[in-house]
Amino acid sequence: MTVLAQLIAVTATMVAGGILFWFLGKNPFEVIRIIFWDPLFDENLSSYARPQLLVKAAPLILIALGLSLGFRAGIWNIGAEGQFIIGAIFGAGAGLAFYPAESAIIFPLMVFAGALGGFLWAMIPAILKTRFNTNEILVSLLLVYVAELILASMSLGLMRNPEGSGFPGSRNFRSYPSAHNAELIANTGIHWGVITTVFALAVACVLLQRHMLGYQIRLAGQAARAARFSGVNPAGLVIICLGISGSAAGLAGMFEVSGPSGQISIDFNAGYGFTAIIVAFLGRLNPIGIMFAGLLLALTYIGGELASLRLGLPSAAIQVFQGMFLFFMLATDVLVTFCLRWRSRMAI
Amino acid sequence: MTDFPILALLAGMIVAATPILLAGIGELVVEKAGVLNLGVEGMMIVGAICGFAVAYETQSVTLGYLGAAMGGAALALVFGVLTQFLMTNQVATGLALTLTGLGVAALIGQPYIGIRGTTVGAVPLGPMREIPVLGPVLFRHDAMVYISILIVACVWYVLRFTRAGLVLRAIGENHHAAHALGCKVIVTRLAAIVFGGVCAGLGGAYLSLVRVPQWAEGMTAGAGWIALALVVFAGWRAWGVLVGACLFGGLTALQLFLQAAGVAVLGEYLSMIPYVMTIVALVIISSGRVRAAPCAPASLGLPFTAAT
Repeated sequence: MTVLAQLIAVTATMVAGGILFWFLGKNPFEVIRIIFWDPLFDENLSSYARPQLLVKAAPLILIALGLSLGFRAGIWNIGAEGQFIIGAIFGAGAGLAFYPAESAIIFPLMVFAGALGGFLWAMIPAILKTRFNTNEILVSLLLVYVAELILASMSLGLMRNPEGSGFPGSRNFRSYPSAHNAELIANTGIHWGVITTVFALAVACVLLQRHMLGYQIRLAGQAARAARFSGVNPAGLVIICLGISGSAAGLAGMFEVSGPSGQISIDFNAGYGFTAIIVAFLGRLNPIGIMFAGLLLALTYIGGELASLRLGLPSAAIQVFQGMFLFFMLATDVLVTFCLRWRSRMAI
Repeated sequence: MTDFPILALLAGMIVAATPILLAGIGELVVEKAGVLNLGVEGMMIVGAICGFAVAYETQSVTLGYLGAAMGGAALALVFGVLTQFLMTNQVATGLALTLTGLGVAALIGQPYIGIRGTTVGAVPLGPMREIPVLGPVLFRHDAMVYISILIVACVWYVLRFTRAGLVLRAIGENHHAAHALGCKVIVTRLAAIVFGGVCAGLGGAYLSLVRVPQWAEGMTAGAGWIALALVVFAGWRAWGVLVGACLFGGLTALQLFLQAAGVAVLGEYLSMIPYVMTIVALVIISSGRVRAAPCAPASLGLPFTAAT
C-alpha cells in the first residue's frame, strides 16, 4: 500500500505540475522531460548534471537525516536553515583564521567547527524547550532570521575579503587548498560532504533499527506516555535530537561553504535547510526513503535550472512544484494509515 | 508626520502592528478551535501579492484587500481539506503550506517586482485628526487599522458571549466530548481555518499595500511566525493579541527609527531585535513565572476522526 500511495502521489504531482507549467505557457511534457530526464540521460548534459546531482543531494540528505530523528520523536526542529548558516560561518571562520598557513589539520578543524556551530545554534531552542518549556518550532524558526542577519553582517564586515576590493563576501576557499572542500574524484561531484552523507545514512539506518536510542525515539513519537513510563527521559531526547540535527545541518553548511559555494556571501545558503524538511517528509522519515527523496529533489533543482535556462521557466515554479509534491505525499498518507470504506451515512 | 519623533514613533508602531495583529487574531481563532496552522507565513505572503496585484490591476484598494482575503482563504482551504478530511499531520501540512505559499507568491509576483503601489489615503476622521497627541497617533490611519481593531473586538465578543463561540472553544478543548454533544467538529474547524486564512491574507495585503507599499519576494520576513508567537504570548486571549501586536509593532518601529537615525550599531544587529525579542517574550510567557499563565486549547494539534 505504501508503494502504491507513493506512486499515486508522484503521478498526481506530475499531472498537477504539468497543468501548472501549461498555465505558464510551456509545453508540460517538454518541461517534465527537461527536469526529470535530460539531466540524467541527455548526452550533452549528463556529464555536467550527474555530478551536480550528488553535490546538491548531499546537503539535503544530510540535513533531512538529522531532522527525521527529531520529527519521529515529535520534536520539531524547523530551523535547520539557521543551523546550516551558523555551521558554515563557524567552519569558514576556523579556516579563514589560519589563512594563509597550509596544514593538513585545518580542514578537519573546520569540519569540527561547522558541526559545533550547528550544534550550538540548535542548543538554543533545545535548552529553552527543556528549561522553560518554550515552543521549539517558533524559536528554531525565528533563529533562522537571526542567522541570516548574522550572515549578512559577516559577509559585509568581519569576514569580508580584505583583498576583495570592497565587494561583500569572504575569501574564496578555492584559492586556499588546505581549507578547500575539493572534488575528490574528478567529474563525479564527490566531495567530503558526500562521503559524510553516505556515512550518516549508514549510521541512521543502524541507529533506528538496532540501537536503543533509535527505539526510544520511535517510541516517544508513537506513544509519549508509554515512553516516559519505560524510562525515556523526554528532556534528554530533546537535547539529543536537536543536537544531532543541528550538527548535521552545521556540517552540511560547512561542506557547502568550503566547497560548491566557495565563500561566505549574503546568499550562499540556497534554502537547503527548508527544502530538507520536504525531503524528510517525502522520505517518510526513513533513511532510505530520505536518500531517494533527496536525490529526487536535487534533480528538480538541476532540472529546474535547466528549464529556466532553456524555456524561461521561473525558478519559483520549481518551488511550487516541490511544495505540491509534499502536499500530495501527505494527502496519500491517508491510504497508508487508514482503511477507507465506502458506506452509507451512519444513523445519528 | 509631526515634529515630535515620539508621536511619529507611536504612529509607526500602529502601522507596524496591524499586519501581525490581523494574522495573529486569525490564528487565535484557528487555535481556539484546536487546529495548529503553521502556514500563516505562507498565507500572509500570498495575501500580500494577491492584494498588491489586484489593487494594481483594478486601481482599487478595497478589491485588493478582497483578493488578498480570497488568496489567503484558498491556501487555508487546502490546509483544511488535508488536515480535516485526509488526516495529515498538522505541523507537516502547515510547513508545507508556508513553503508552497512562498513559491506561489514569488511566481505570481514576478511581473510586479519594483512597481510602486497605489497610495492608500487616511480615513477622514474630521476634527479628531486635530486632537493634540492622540490625533497624529491614532486618528490619521487608513481604514484597515480600524477594521483590524474591530475584528479583534468581534472575535472577543463572539468567543466569549455567543453560542457559536462556546461551540468553537469546546471543540478546541475536547473534540470528542464536543462531538458527543452533537457539535460539528470538522465543519467548525474548517470555518475557523478559512477565517484564519482570510485574516492572514489581509495582514499580508496591509504590508504590500500600506506599510511598504511595494511587492518584494519574501517581504513578510517572518511576520507570520511572529504572529504565531503572538498567539502564545497573548495566552490565547483576543485583547492579548492586540497588546502583543502593539509591543512588537513598537519594537519594529523603534528599530526602523534607530536605523534611520544612523545609530552606530550595524543595521543587521538592529534588525534582529524583533526576532530576538519575540523569543525572549516566548520564554518569559512559557516559563510559567508570570501570572498570566498560558492556557493552550487542550486538543490543539490533535487529529480528529468521528470513527474513534
